[in-house]
Amino acid sequence: MFASFDFDVIRRSFGYLFLDGMTFTLTLTGLAALGGLIFGTLIALMRLSGFKLLGRIAGLYVDLMRSLPLVLVIFWFYFLVPYIGQWVTGSSRPIQVGAFTSSLVTFIMFEAAYFSEIMRAGIQSISKGQPAAAQALGLTYRQTMRYVVLPQAFRNMLPVLLTQTIVLFQDTSLVYVLSIPDFLGAASKVAQRDGRLVEMYLFAAAVYFIISCLASFGVRRLQARIAFVH
Amino acid sequence: MIEISHVDKWYGAFQALKDCTTSVAKGEVVVVCGPSGSGKSTLIKCVNALEPFQNGQIVVDGIKLNDPKTDLPKLRARVGMVFQHFELFPHLKIIENLCLAQEKVLGRSHAEAVAKGSKLLDRVGLKDHARKYPAELSGGQQQRVAIARALAMDPIAMLFDEPTSALDPEMISEVLDVMVDLAREGMTMMVVTHEMGFASKVAHRVIFMDQGEIVEDALKTDFFGSPRSDRAQKFLSKILSH
Repeated sequence: MFASFDFDVIRRSFGYLFLDGMTFTLTLTGLAALGGLIFGTLIALMRLSGFKLLGRIAGLYVDLMRSLPLVLVIFWFYFLVPYIGQWVTGSSRPIQVGAFTSSLVTFIMFEAAYFSEIMRAGIQSISKGQPAAAQALGLTYRQTMRYVVLPQAFRNMLPVLLTQTIVLFQDTSLVYVLSIPDFLGAASKVAQRDGRLVEMYLFAAAVYFIISCLASFGVRRLQARIAFVH
Repeated sequence: MIEISHVDKWYGAFQALKDCTTSVAKGEVVVVCGPSGSGKSTLIKCVNALEPFQNGQIVVDGIKLNDPKTDLPKLRARVGMVFQHFELFPHLKIIENLCLAQEKVLGRSHAEAVAKGSKLLDRVGLKDHARKYPAELSGGQQQRVAIARALAMDPIAMLFDEPTSALDPEMISEVLDVMVDLAREGMTMMVVTHEMGFASKVAHRVIFMDQGEIVEDALKTDFFGSPRSDRAQKFLSKILSH
């Protein structure tokens, strides 16, 4: 059945697929994971702060983000961000936001909801004696979080955070709906240009599969190492 | 040094402390004992405001704890505390455990903090373990590190919350030895413990608590010689019978 396939199309478009497409995908994944982790941690701290209103707002945000399909959020954001920008800055016309910025903001906001739940579980897994000991030494709440609680929570949750990042890596392909040439977008463009749909989509699937599998394998090894140290 | 007057504390509807009044003078060693659930740990945690209390007043070195203007972190930095489960920071090396608060709270330079930390590690006999992680040490060693960590802050008083209760029997004496030395040097200490040997060796006074009340607050010789209350007599006969 492969007789009529032209796998040479992959070789011909290799530079475009990986230097442009995969670079974009990995950049978006990396930045979104980093931003999601930072905002997610802040949201988790809000939920655990003991201030009812702050906790309620953070909880509502997480529930909202987790109840919406990601594609919808990407779409909405792409069309809304210019107007929100206009409203915030008070300018007379919608702010021009590139597709990359728009999708990055979307993924950060979306991932923040998921990362916040992971970090919340991580913070709650630290025994109460740890912050008590830090406070007994005179550390403020902020210092206690920064030097004692969060480093331990992050370390305990690292495998889960990385697994979520692998899911994010796959989810970034949804920017395809904004016609951004991420890896899948690039593959799709080549496929349609050269009329080699089956070859390109097979190849794209294989690449996602191999990268995700290798990453999962790496996470499992890391998990074993963390378990050993404890 | 520590003045506790008419302190009440509730956990919801449960009253954990009932009208507790006592004091610890400078250089005095006070042992707090009593059956489990009697409120002794709660009382000692109130002294550095790790637990809030509803009524009464605690004054530490002239500073009122329930005054909203009191800088609690600053006060806690001056009162050392040692916990039942050591509570070393597992992600930091031993020397880093000793340096963290010195640098972040007292503003000492890293070199100063390391020098002070090393000196104290040497004092508790653990100089060679500075670069290890807490999990690599035995319970007794971890507790000695915890004492050194508290001492690194140059505390005006030390609080011990059942410091040997989580230890295997053969490790208890190495921790008590450090505490005895500390007491003999004139450190102000408030110690929640069942180690009556320690109490009879170095304590000046013994406080006996039961059901959230201070039942007996007596000089050591009086307490061990002839406890006045039935409850204290019963408690003593139970723990000294073996």
